[in-house]
Amino acid sequence: MKLSTKHLIAIEPLTKTDIDLIFSQADEFKEVLNRPIKKVPSLRDITVANLFFENSTRTRLSFELAEKRLGADVVNFSASTSSVKKGETLIDTVNNILAMKVDMVVMRHASPGACQFLSERTNAVVVNAGDGTHEHPTQGLLDAFSIREKLGAVKGKKVVIVGDITHSRVALSNIYCLQKLGAEVMVCGPTTLIPKHIESLGVKVEHNLQRALEWCDVANMLRIQLERQDAGIPYFPSLREYTELFGLTQDRLNSLGKEIVIMHPGPINRGVEISSEVADGNNSIILNQVENGVAIRMASIFLLAQGIKRVS
Amino acid sequence: MAKKITLINGGLLNMIIQRLCRQLIENHKDFSSTILIGLQPRGVFFMERIVEEFAKSGHVVKWGIVDPTFYRDDFRIHDKPLLAKSTDMKHSVEGMNVVLIDDVLYTGRTIRAGMEGLMEYGRPKSVELLVLIDRKKGREVPIEATYVGKEVESFDNQRVRVMWKSEGEKEDHVIFLND
Repeated sequence: MKLSTKHLIAIEPLTKTDIDLIFSQADEFKEVLNRPIKKVPSLRDITVANLFFENSTRTRLSFELAEKRLGADVVNFSASTSSVKKGETLIDTVNNILAMKVDMVVMRHASPGACQFLSERTNAVVVNAGDGTHEHPTQGLLDAFSIREKLGAVKGKKVVIVGDITHSRVALSNIYCLQKLGAEVMVCGPTTLIPKHIESLGVKVEHNLQRALEWCDVANMLRIQLERQDAGIPYFPSLREYTELFGLTQDRLNSLGKEIVIMHPGPINRGVEISSEVADGNNSIILNQVENGVAIRMASIFLLAQGIKRVS
Repeated sequence: MAKKITLINGGLLNMIIQRLCRQLIENHKDFSSTILIGLQPRGVFFMERIVEEFAKSGHVVKWGIVDPTFYRDDFRIHDKPLLAKSTDMKHSVEGMNVVLIDDVLYTGRTIRAGMEGLMEYGRPKSVELLVLIDRKKGREVPIEATYVGKEVESFDNQRVRVMWKSEGEKEDHVIFLND
């Protein structure tokens, strides 16, 4: 059994078999991560470049740890300290890096489709670490993997994604991944932050948080992406009003009369979309998501690297 | 269609396993500082069979399962990807006498990878190798078994496979497959 794709650009084209394969390998990498020696030598002759044209802490660290724990050589690049500031194009920057014999590129970019564009123009394996408002496939995978770990299965579970759906690549990757694994997905947020026609993806839409929480087994709380919202025309009157209507508090959780699993892809804006009490509470699997992120990225890279044939 | 020939039937295999167990008891006494390590995928069935045999005579023995996949030297060479199987190591091997167990010894490369995987769990005092079938021809690395169930002369186009009751077979037996 092997992955149906050479690159990992999005969840949308993946099959359920691909996702199950990644999960089965992530299970074994979780075991590796709990050993005294958390490193295996499988990728010792592979070089990975992490190209981050957008800021990131968690994803970048998680990818770098995953690569290093697979034994790969790693080079890091961030746009803020590079020649991109001097006017270099994406393809020139990447070609220069690839000329240094890099086998795999992990890229985050503000433009949707940047990873697809790159994969069509290079021989290296491309892994999308978030392209604008399009997809963030490894986040989608690790979220579904964390639900599977917590609840035993994804199939048949009801998951609500709450917040800024319009600007969220995490939401799109989650929708595709969860649906392929047989979960029911609902999105919840103010009308202005839910894309028009999102029902065509087969998701339910709800604008009342209380009703959404009563429906779900899992609530994935997203951050308001102020950096992606056009300046000048606000999407909602104020953050305070947003918190009143869509913020997840302990009181709201207590009112449900049932336990639900709380997730957040980070970074958290405490007191806005989620209260500290909920984020740090017993039902929260936020830190499990971070731990699983390394295992999922190790599994994805391990499987993708097998498409890079060794030349003797 | 591969031609199947039964090499060892259930009765004979049983006798071989009993003999191997007696040899282990002779060398390891009460097993207090011994641990059996089955190599994924097929060495695990064999190890479980040995643990079961020991249980019959009241011997309790520590065991673990190591998957050699991450340490293999043929990563990115075949079209079929290498996929990891479960590792289950509840005990450290630090200072222990390890008996590494696999069903068939052929090129020796799986055993080499398995030994590298094993060392992630500590520095054993000693490592021995127990195999059910030793295919004498075809070794590619200098590895030999300490305990051998049966030596088999075979050609490269032949495969030797051990079939276990625990994987749904009627009885434990060993077959030759001529490609």
